[in-house]
Formats: sequence, C-alpha cells, structure tokens
Amino acid sequence: MESKISISNLDFFYGKAQALFDITLEIPERQIVAFIGPSGCGKSTFLRTLNRMNDTIPIASVTGTVMIDGEDIYKAGTDVVALRRKVGMVFQKSNPFPKSIFDNVAYGIRINGIHTSKADLAARVQKALADAALWDEVKDRLTTSAFGLSGGQQQRLCIARALAVQPEVILMDEPASALDPIATQKIEELVVELKREYTIVIVTHNMQQAARVSDKTAFFMLGKLIEYNPTQKMFTNPDEKLTEDYITGRFG
Amino acid sequence: MANTEQSVHRKRRIVNSLMTILTAACAVFATSILLFIISYIAIQGFSSLSFQFLTDTPKPVGEGGGIGNAIVGSAMMTALAVVLGLPVGIAAGVYLAEYGKNWFGNIVRFVADTLIGIPSIIIGIFIYTLVVMPMGRQSGLAGGLALAIIMLPIVARTTEEMIRLVPNSMREGALALGAPQWRVSWNIVLPAAASGIATGAMLAIARITGETAPLLFTALNSRFYNFFYDQPMSSLTVQIYNYATGPFEVEHAMAWAATLILVGLILVINIFVRFLTRKKF
Repeated sequence: MESKISISNLDFFYGKAQALFDITLEIPERQIVAFIGPSGCGKSTFLRTLNRMNDTIPIASVTGTVMIDGEDIYKAGTDVVALRRKVGMVFQKSNPFPKSIFDNVAYGIRINGIHTSKADLAARVQKALADAALWDEVKDRLTTSAFGLSGGQQQRLCIARALAVQPEVILMDEPASALDPIATQKIEELVVELKREYTIVIVTHNMQQAARVSDKTAFFMLGKLIEYNPTQKMFTNPDEKLTEDYITGRFG
Repeated sequence: MANTEQSVHRKRRIVNSLMTILTAACAVFATSILLFIISYIAIQGFSSLSFQFLTDTPKPVGEGGGIGNAIVGSAMMTALAVVLGLPVGIAAGVYLAEYGKNWFGNIVRFVADTLIGIPSIIIGIFIYTLVVMPMGRQSGLAGGLALAIIMLPIVARTTEEMIRLVPNSMREGALALGAPQWRVSWNIVLPAAASGIATGAMLAIARITGETAPLLFTALNSRFYNFFYDQPMSSLTVQIYNYATGPFEVEHAMAWAATLILVGLILVINIFVRFLTRKKF
C-alpha cells in the first residue's frame, strides 16, 4: 500500500513542555486511520501537525519530518495555504461561518479561485453537499443561515465545506463527539464512503467508532505512540498490554 | 424535618421574589430617568419647533431665528469625523484583536485607553494649537478633526472587544480551508463581529454629536450657513450653549427646541444603523 503521509521522529513542544515524543507513522493512501487514546494523550495535537494548524499557536514548535507525497511540509518555504487546501480538516465542534448554507460551502472555492464561472461554482457546491449526504436536506434553503441547521447537519456542512476545495487528505478531530447516535451513524457512513476518494485520518474517543470505520488504528498515550496496527488486529489481538487494557476499558 | 425543609424552601422563594422585584424596580428606575429627560425636553422644546426654526439661521432676539446652519454644521463635522475616525478605528481594533498580542499591541491599547480618558476640552486645545493657530482661524475642519480624535480610541477598543468575541473555531475553520490570515480577518471575523462593531460605532457617533467643549476652540460658531470646511462652523451643541446662556426667555425656548432636535437626530441614527446591521445570519 502506497504511503500518503509519512511521519518520522516527530517531537512537538508547547513552549518547553513536550507534548509528542518521537512519533513515527505511515498513513496509507485512501484508507482510514483512527487515532485513539485517553484525553490529553496528544492525538489531536498530532492531527494538527499534519496540516500545520499548530502554526497558529505562537509557542508551539516541531522537530522531525512530516512528508506528504514525498514533500516535507515543515521545510522552509512551504506554502501553508496550499498545504491546507490539500489537507482539509473537520473539527470537533461544527464551526459554520455566519453565512448562508451556499456561501459556507462556496467559501473555500472562492478564496482559492477554483471555480471557472458562476454555474461552475453552483455545481461544485452541489457536488460537495451531495458528497456530504446533505444536498437533499438543504437544497430548498441554500440561501438561509447555516446556523438554522441541526447539529448533525452543521457537521456535515463542515464536511461539505472541506470537500469543496478538493483536498486529498481529510483530518477529522472527533467529528461526531457532539452528536446523537443517529447523526453519528450518518457521519460514520459518510466517512467510509469518502474513503474511495480521500485519505482520512480520524481522531476519536469512541473505540467502537474506530473499530467500525477505520482500516488502521494508532493508540497514543502521554504523547507517545504505543501501538499502530490494522484495526482488526488492534481490537482482537493487540501487541501491547497497554493497548489491550485501554481497549477493554481497564483505564482511561 | 419536613417542616424545616418546607420553611427553607419558603424562605428561598420569598428572597427570590424580593430580589427579582428589587432588580426590576432598579431597571424601571434607570429607564424612567431617561424617559423623564426625553419627555421633559420634548415638552419644553416642542412649542418652539417650526419649519422656520429648522431652516433659519440665528437672528437677533425678537426676530425669530433658528438652527438650520447648526444642523448642517453638526452633520458636516460628524461626517468628517466618521470618515476619518471610523475606518482607522476599526482597522486598529482588528489589529489589536487579531495580531496585537505583543508588546506593541499592549502599548497601543494603553494609549487608546488613556486617550479615551482625556477630557474632550483638552483635545480641543490640542487641535487649536495644531490646526487653528497655523490656519489663522477656527474651521469645520478643525472641529471635525477634534471629533475624529475623540471617536478613534472608542471605536478601536469596542471593535477589539467585539472581535475577541468571535469564536476561535471560526478562524480555524477558515484557515483550514487554505484562507490566508488577512482573508480570515476580513471576510469571516469582521462580518461575524459587524453588528457589535456597528453598535460601538453608534455609541461613538452619539458621543461626538453631543460634544460641545472641543468645538468651542476649533469650529467656534457661525451665524451663517457654511458649506466649506475651511470656515468657522456652527454646531447644534454650541448653538444650544449660546441660546441657553442668553438672557432672554425666547432664547431658552429655542435652546430646548434645539436640544429636542439633537436628541431626535441621535435616536434616528441609532435606529437606522440597528436596522442596517440587524442579524441576517
């Protein structure tokens, strides 16, 4: 399997406090990789190193390499804007913009100048909404506020927004943690569906979710990668005692 | 046991209703003072209001006279202050909120807060020295500049506060789509904070429309219609001051009428901007 992202010897610091220790990991193309681990273990921090969202934190620093398609994204002169277009992100709490449903999805297309005409823009918005399994629910009220949608719909809107700029990788930071079981199920089905076109990295607190959707699972604890294996193996016959303890609910 | 519990419940209910009544009474008291002032001004001022009063220039006592030139002067100087002060103030506020978490931002913030606290008459003297003396005369330009300086720090600080209220998750959402920082500030954060910023701007405009002291030195007054910024300019507030300090009853009545107009104008501006910036999304 081709590697889309390869991380080697990654250390991450908030000021002097080290949050990630020597992480080395390969993320295969068009697969779903889940990061699990107790709160504060660094899985979200790690996720955010992959599109350099941590750049917004002034005291953060990174050593080691993150290669995406063979390019080191921490190399001097990397275009962070282009990187983030390629590596999209969906956040834990849905964060629609204070705009209409249409304009939310169109935002990324517009700022990146992807569309060729007004009709093309509309077509792209429709496709993104359809890919996020939201089109049928919102097609009659595209010009209304995004805040009028339910929590689950807002989260799918944010997924549509991320898809609209045609990324290659989608990072998801606990995308369903604030949703009810039905909305969660819709998001999970969507994630599996998206695998055909995208490489997906998903952070989750919900172990059943990791087991249901992912191809590979990485278990983090206290900033260290404890185990990284195919999900099937991880949940039936993990290599590490710690992983087994965590998965079976003995701590965390 | 059940009895004590009941009495505790009862006591709490009574205290609760007492406090509710107390706070409600305070709210009614606070608003009724405002209503009292406005209705008193209306009663006192209404009798002298006429179309002629709104369009005439001041005349010697006994010959009528009005505040037409004062309305124009106030509008022109406020407009100049808004044109100069509002964009700079908003931009400074955006800087402070989005990029100003450093020593430079702290200095700007401190200076702005100090500037807000400076009595407006001192700003009048400052402009007098800097603009009026070199020009050799008072002017609408000097008046507008003084008002702009008063407005600037208020707008900057309220803009900053409003922008800080925009949740960080919204910025991250835009950054994650590949938006450069300036675009995030410009077309996500600023619109999200727009109604709050407009409210702050309104407060600043209402404040400068009511200023008298800085205009005494800078714009002085004029008995004539004046549409040029390089000439002394009349304003509602200075005209009210003149009428109110005059010896004649007629003049006092005209001061009340002018006050009514001033309050009415501020109210209209407020309602208009509320309407423009009502929440669409």
